[in-house]
Amino acid sequence: MAAAVTVLLDGIASGMLLFVLSVGLSVTLGLMNVVNLAHGAFGMVGGYVCAVLLNRAGVPFVVCLLAATLAAALLGWVLERLLYVRLYGRDHLDQVLFSIGLVFVLGACADWLMGARQQLIQLPEWLSGRVEIAGVGLGRYRIFLILLCGAVAAGLHFGLVRTRFGARLRAAVDDGTVARGMGLPVGRIFSLTFALGSGLAGLGGALGVEVLGLDPNFPLKYLVYFLVVVAVGGANSVAGPFVAAILLGVLDVAGKYWVPQVGAFVIYTAMVALLLLRPDGLLAKARS
Amino acid sequence: MTKFTRRAALASAAALPLARPALAQSGDPIKVGLILPMTGPFASTGRQIDAAIKAWLRANPNPVAGKRLEILLRDDTGVAPDVTRRLAQELVVRERVRALAGFGLTPLALSAAPIATEAKVPMLVMAAATSIIPQRSPFIVRTSFTLPQAVRPMADWAAKNGIRSVVTMVTDFAPGLDSEKAFKETFTAAGGTVTGEIRTPLRNPDYAPFLQRVRDLKPDALFIFVPSGEGSALIKQFSERGLKEAGIRLIGTGDVLDDDILNDMGDAVIGAVTSHHYSTAHESPENTAFREAFRAVAPEMRPNFMAVGGWDGMQLLATALARTNGDVDGTKLVEAMKGQSWTSPRGPVSIDPATREMVQDIYIRRTERRDGQLWNIEFDKIQGVKDAA
Repeated sequence: MAAAVTVLLDGIASGMLLFVLSVGLSVTLGLMNVVNLAHGAFGMVGGYVCAVLLNRAGVPFVVCLLAATLAAALLGWVLERLLYVRLYGRDHLDQVLFSIGLVFVLGACADWLMGARQQLIQLPEWLSGRVEIAGVGLGRYRIFLILLCGAVAAGLHFGLVRTRFGARLRAAVDDGTVARGMGLPVGRIFSLTFALGSGLAGLGGALGVEVLGLDPNFPLKYLVYFLVVVAVGGANSVAGPFVAAILLGVLDVAGKYWVPQVGAFVIYTAMVALLLLRPDGLLAKARS
Repeated sequence: MTKFTRRAALASAAALPLARPALAQSGDPIKVGLILPMTGPFASTGRQIDAAIKAWLRANPNPVAGKRLEILLRDDTGVAPDVTRRLAQELVVRERVRALAGFGLTPLALSAAPIATEAKVPMLVMAAATSIIPQRSPFIVRTSFTLPQAVRPMADWAAKNGIRSVVTMVTDFAPGLDSEKAFKETFTAAGGTVTGEIRTPLRNPDYAPFLQRVRDLKPDALFIFVPSGEGSALIKQFSERGLKEAGIRLIGTGDVLDDDILNDMGDAVIGAVTSHHYSTAHESPENTAFREAFRAVAPEMRPNFMAVGGWDGMQLLATALARTNGDVDGTKLVEAMKGQSWTSPRGPVSIDPATREMVQDIYIRRTERRDGQLWNIEFDKIQGVKDAA
């Protein structure tokens, strides 16, 4: 019983992390209709910023997370203004080729600057180790992941549904031409959204150094996981990818725990099953 | 992508001989073709071996048998056996090298083996560790180690030191499966039981669930084998999961606690017991000399087991050349290498004339913090271990 609870909580933690890493992709893909396979590269940048600040400058971990988010968001904003903006109207093959190329460029930069080896970080004392609550053991870092990522998810959801920016974004996505006609700065809204998605990937990358590892292959290594989340969750809300990420995280961890022989395939099997059942995404309304 | 890497490799190949100053000629130098992964995911291997060879050349500046050794370094990027093969061919045909050396990974060494056979040049394998390699060409001599060589003593030691049950956890690829098999055979023969065999996928995001499983299986020890860079992620999870407190010991082969990155792994690795042929902390005058020579070339790195393979490869080649009086005939050189014994930085070693493999001591080490740094401290050894695949 205790094992089941531990597995469940581990799965939720890993799903939360997956959500923060991939929610930006679901925004760019679902809302802005840009196939951005370079999404993981922003996560990698965030991870490296965090690792360098923590290891070389001794900056507190929480500040490192913030810096990683900002750095990735800034990079996302600059690249959106310079490069991605030219791709909005182009077909998906162009976008795929461009963004995969960008992954190789950024990966090579990381290799050149930081070397090909795995980056290692030391978590602060208050995040290391494990606590036992009513016989259920859980790593402190995983609790931290659940709380922080949960807060991010809630913030995003309310931001999109309740705020003026959220309303403008939804309007710009629903019908860009009309929104522009109403005087909404569609271009600026897209830039900000892109930067936000990149920033969240950066945060996820920084949080993931301890759990997922970090090397110049990071964007390609985890690309499949991001795409699975977006595909299963449906690409046009926050709640869909959130539920999908949690579900996949739990199934992945449970599969590795109970059937380690096929552990790696559980997540893909789940994806196939979910897509057969709900091809438009977990929370999508039935097709009319 | 292939095109890009090839071009890069060619460009560096073209630039290298130019960068070498024309030293006073003492006859034609003996050229050695060194093929290593200097870029890509296995660049650490290449950098270590390259630095060790530079260190050896600095420490041994005198010509061998009246001739100077000239190293031609080529980068095969570590992931493309066809590139390794082509570079080996170019070095043999165009540069007329008298020996090939390096070879970071098994597929790379295998792809170059036919070239060595055809050209009749000695091929010194300084890193790749799968048992089959020297069988692929009579010109291959290995100066690193083989996995079973390191795994079997670990299993023996565990059985003799109160460990009755072990769960093995290996990465699901050829070397992982090799070590799983070798461990199980030896450990079972010595009276222990393997209570669980876990294989983790090569592209694995998280070791936590597998380790939770190990914790609930409650073995006396967990035996791990994972690719070098992955070791730290695994060991961190090992300590976060509280496996140590649950009384589970951590054992494995030394490449998991590679000296190159050991110091960054943090206190979680303290107390892990591993078996290997070389630790930077090995205490001997030869190793002190080696570390000093290495530091002069690469002050920011700690020489690891890859580096010592490169150093010993040069030592072996130089002694063989001295024995043949500078005759560079490949068959004679390989004959001269067979059966040679010397004291390496890792301890006493020799080349088994039958298999052309290292016969060496395997040390049992415990990771400890000394003078503020993490080291693998040797506390037991098994003498003269041959490769027994």
